[in-house]
Amino acid sequence: MEKFIWAFIIGGLICVIGQLLMDVLKLTPAHAMVTLVVTGAILGGLGWYDPIVKFAGAGASVPISSFGNQLVKGAMQEAERNGLIGVLTGIFEITSAGISAAIIFGFLASLLFRPKG
Amino acid sequence: MSSKKQKKLTPVQQEYQEFAKAREPKRPVLKNCIRAFLVGGIICTIGQGLMWIFMNYFGFDEKTAGSPTVAVLVFLSVLLTSLGVYDHIAQWAGAGTAVPVTGFANTIASAAIEHRTEGFVLGVGGNMFKIAGPVIVYGVFSAFVVSIVKVVIKMLGGV
Repeated sequence: MEKFIWAFIIGGLICVIGQLLMDVLKLTPAHAMVTLVVTGAILGGLGWYDPIVKFAGAGASVPISSFGNQLVKGAMQEAERNGLIGVLTGIFEITSAGISAAIIFGFLASLLFRPKG
Repeated sequence: MSSKKQKKLTPVQQEYQEFAKAREPKRPVLKNCIRAFLVGGIICTIGQGLMWIFMNYFGFDEKTAGSPTVAVLVFLSVLLTSLGVYDHIAQWAGAGTAVPVTGFANTIASAAIEHRTEGFVLGVGGNMFKIAGPVIVYGVFSAFVVSIVKVVIKMLGGV
């Protein structure tokens, strides 16, 4: 139960950071998302992102910053097995679910629905 | 506007910039942040609930439950986008719906639906990643650089 509360708080805080990037630094949403992803990748590289995930669960793994972390994690997993080339072969290893699901469901939606409004 | 660009403007243009700036609506930063916090928090809590279901009923563990959770959230987000609901929530919540992975799926689905009139190959296929593309490009490239640095440090026997 405690996990749910932390997921709410940490997830909410990461979204507030995104909102501040857009409102205070006047970034476009795309720039704000890119900033969060790159930050996630760097934190992942330093090994600081996984402790947050362990602590806050979905609160850290659902925001887009975890995408950067998981890219690094996948690359490092393969790199441990196959050396430098593993960075290339493993980079999408963990994020496959999110990207594939988005492409597949997105395409299906375009077959089934028409633009609204 | 950056100060470099400002210098190139004529005095009249500069005056206009000042004029426009003074009349720009002030962004309600605090209100936006509270909304982003609430909605973002709720989406992550739903994610946590899905993780709990996958861990307790489908035999995933804490590390592997993340992927199916993301897939379900993406599906829900695409569904809500298709029905035209997600964009209404997004207008209220700002970054609260944009930062979670559901926002990523929303940009892909809405671009795909919007461009279907231009044909399924060049319209849907070509524009699907119009907004989500930067996230993937910069995510992958920064992850590549970070990973290479880590691998090289390991190879040299450090850390």
